[in-house]
Amino acid sequence: MAQYILRKLLGAVVVIAGVSLLVFILTRVIGNPVDVMLPLNATAADRVRLAHQLGIDKPILTQLGEFITGVFHGNFGESWYEQQPALSVALERLPFTLELSGIAMALALIFAIPLGVLSALRPRSLLDKVTSTLSMFGICVPNFWLGLVLILIFANTLHWLPTSGVGDWRYLVLPAITMAVLPLGRITQIVRTAMLEQLREPYVVTARSKGLLEFWVVVRHALKNAGISIVTMSGWELGRIIAGYAIAIEAVFGLPGIGSLVVDSIGQQDFPLIQALTFVIATCITLINLLIDMTYPFFNPRLKFK
Amino acid sequence: MKQPHDILEHVTPLLSVKNLKTYFRSEEGGVIKAVDGASLHIRPKEILGIVGESGSGKSITAMSILRLIPSPPGYFAGGDIVFENESLLAKTQKEMRLIRGKDISMVFQEPMSSLNPAYTVGYQIMENIMLHQKVSKNQALEHAVDMLKLVGIPSPEKRVHDYPFQMSGGMRQRVMVAMALSCQPKLLIADEPTTALDVTIQAQILRLILDTKDKVGSAIMLITHDLGVVAEVCQRVVVMYAGKVVEVAYVNELFNHPAHPYTEGLLSAIPRLDETRDRLTIVPGSIPNPARMPEGCRFHPRCQYADERCRTEQPPLVSPKPGQWVSCWRASGVEGSEADVAATAEA
Amino acid sequence: MANLTVALDQSVDIRDSRPRFYGLRRLARKMVKDRLALFAFIFLILIFLMSILAPLISPYDPTTGDIFNRLKAPGVSPGHILGTDALGRDMVSRLIWGGRVSLRVGFITVVFSSAVGVFLGLLAGYAGGKTDTIIMGLVDIQFAFPGMLVALVFVMVLGPSELHLIEAFAFNGWMVFARLARSLVVTFRDGPMVEAAKAIGVRPIKVMLKHILPNILAPITTLFVLEVARIIGAEAMMSFLGYGIQPPTASWGLMIGEGRTYFPMAWWLIIYPGILVAATVLALNVFSNWLTTAVDPLQKGQSG
Repeated sequence: MAQYILRKLLGAVVVIAGVSLLVFILTRVIGNPVDVMLPLNATAADRVRLAHQLGIDKPILTQLGEFITGVFHGNFGESWYEQQPALSVALERLPFTLELSGIAMALALIFAIPLGVLSALRPRSLLDKVTSTLSMFGICVPNFWLGLVLILIFANTLHWLPTSGVGDWRYLVLPAITMAVLPLGRITQIVRTAMLEQLREPYVVTARSKGLLEFWVVVRHALKNAGISIVTMSGWELGRIIAGYAIAIEAVFGLPGIGSLVVDSIGQQDFPLIQALTFVIATCITLINLLIDMTYPFFNPRLKFK
Repeated sequence: MKQPHDILEHVTPLLSVKNLKTYFRSEEGGVIKAVDGASLHIRPKEILGIVGESGSGKSITAMSILRLIPSPPGYFAGGDIVFENESLLAKTQKEMRLIRGKDISMVFQEPMSSLNPAYTVGYQIMENIMLHQKVSKNQALEHAVDMLKLVGIPSPEKRVHDYPFQMSGGMRQRVMVAMALSCQPKLLIADEPTTALDVTIQAQILRLILDTKDKVGSAIMLITHDLGVVAEVCQRVVVMYAGKVVEVAYVNELFNHPAHPYTEGLLSAIPRLDETRDRLTIVPGSIPNPARMPEGCRFHPRCQYADERCRTEQPPLVSPKPGQWVSCWRASGVEGSEADVAATAEA
Repeated sequence: MANLTVALDQSVDIRDSRPRFYGLRRLARKMVKDRLALFAFIFLILIFLMSILAPLISPYDPTTGDIFNRLKAPGVSPGHILGTDALGRDMVSRLIWGGRVSLRVGFITVVFSSAVGVFLGLLAGYAGGKTDTIIMGLVDIQFAFPGMLVALVFVMVLGPSELHLIEAFAFNGWMVFARLARSLVVTFRDGPMVEAAKAIGVRPIKVMLKHILPNILAPITTLFVLEVARIIGAEAMMSFLGYGIQPPTASWGLMIGEGRTYFPMAWWLIIYPGILVAATVLALNVFSNWLTTAVDPLQKGQSG
């Protein structure tokens, strides 16, 4: 088990290093921020001065060396626009996104698991058909657009909820729903498929033959075995929220999370900040995957002994 | 001629299945008559064998007794199942749950997949105990260990914490037996309990079922397609064919004087040491499609004695002599004492 | 040796290993039976035709506006059935041309990502050993990448354009094909067909292209359709954020992004393009699902 975790950790480090290196190469070798930061009529001397100031006039290998030593000290340099350490700028925005995506995930799971289980218990019933159709829609509708439509309906027309920004819980309702729809669809589908598979297993009949309440047969016996697929999909979706959905959704609702910071830093070509953001997001994803992996032995005890 | 069995004929049955009809609605809208008017009974502490090819309805009958037929598509189209003078079909789901695992329990064919891979075997035995007995968790665990000891699992206090994948097929089947017997059921239904196992293990498990039965005092309904197993352990045999009971008899009667041509066919398929034959005789043809059962006697397309009457009229289940029942025009033609089906179950 | 060849040829007909894609007529019959799939298919054909024929059927130029006719609601201004946008450009024309862009990005991207992915997957699966470990290691790493973020950085550095968008997406999309192709190859690699081909001395690369590739075509096609749907969604999002298709070109995502400023009062600016993205992605998904069941590789494997 320890060896298994160690191998997973090693993989996580490789992924984080790979993404960081890729972004490093993209930004330092191909891109040139001086062009963006200075007005078009800037003199050559201005350009050299700025390049020197940003430290991008050194040989690329020196830059890489500095970058790597920096990373080991948790130092990604100063954000060019915020004049603060890039990592702390990025980390400052993380809790908000984690909170929002946590709420969205919880929302998705609360609906997805019962809906998926009920659909699997009564395949081809009306409930199953409605659920399947809705989850398909949830997967296909672009969520940033859905956010706009929800604003149009619930904020601009009905005036039930605020359009955007931060404040009390009401400001989180629409973003959380928008964020939850896609994971909800995907997780519902996976719960249904996994449960259909498990409910066909003979151990389910054994459990029934003991006189167990059908609810417990389904929840305690079948759902636990379907758990690996469900947990895996949920982990992936949580990762996708943080690394993807949050970017557009936070932009739509004007929310101060890591996603809108990604959009801003890219707009400003703030390389140290982009680097720090990539690192933080990649670390989040790999940590989530690692946590998911660690739940596997609970669902499949075979793994405890490997 | 007085049979020693005659006295047994007056013992009240523990469970009687009376003219049971378990149908399934097929996806195309038709009706599949998996069990179509089956009658049988089992007495307390008796070992009854049910034999038949796969698809004869023997497993569906067993599942019907525990009311474990998935519905839809399955449903009861008629008949009754009476256990200790109470109709099981009339019971509510809640009442049924109190019977399952306590009064009637079941051992299944697949020891590999019939245990939940995600829980320890101890948990799965304890689950059954705690459902039906008011005991603490520790007491249940002790009881589970005792049961494992009873079924001959070495160092049971350790193995009780094992997961199914840590055990061999034979071990798992022992666990299944331990689980099924943990609440001292009055009836144990064993559905092909040895089919998936190695031959040597098969004998051990059969031995085990017989031994523990004596300790626990259950009646056993042993479902099998293996007449050899029946000859070894059963007192009486029910032969099923295409959803119907075609013959019921005491084991030695059945083996020495099979009354139904199908039984005859099954028996001649068993190789015997005292005979030399060039090839095994098997019953020619195959079991009919349950969605399109033949008219008349269901066995007639495969029967060498079939005549016009067999092709058009279904033979009733009659008793040519005490303890024997057969559904064949030849048998009912030879000796009288005709009886209707419902009466069979009362016997 | 000659005898052996004959014997092998008889036991396993190698030449007949090409998939029998069900006859078109049979596929069509299956399609008509499944109402939803039929509906999706017809919708997709309409969108395709619309994109191909955009220059012919578009009522106006999608990029030139009529500033006196700006932000007209659907039906208000004659000649603009779905209204006009903030620059007075005709919505219908922009939707038609926008579809052209979305489909183009979707298809070109997936053509590249599938070609690279399938090639690497075949290589990994067929060669095995170190090649397999390295390629699949890369695939695993890529799967854990924050794809949208990498695409954004990519486009930011290279400058936003349709070409760079396609490059960024293809870079992020090849691994799904590699993983699928590899898993399929591994099952076929050890099958009797390839064994036999090797035994009679057919070169490995030839075996791969001639015998394995056709057999895995059906599942790859299904994934292809699914990926096109995913890329169309991703393109919409990138364009919405301003890092995809650039104005004045029309793209559904860009239209939503541009419409955002005005949308509380001009709802039509975002509603129509959004519905089209959703419907196209949905239709592609439904079609892909249908394809999976209609061209089942397992059935084919048994009959062929």
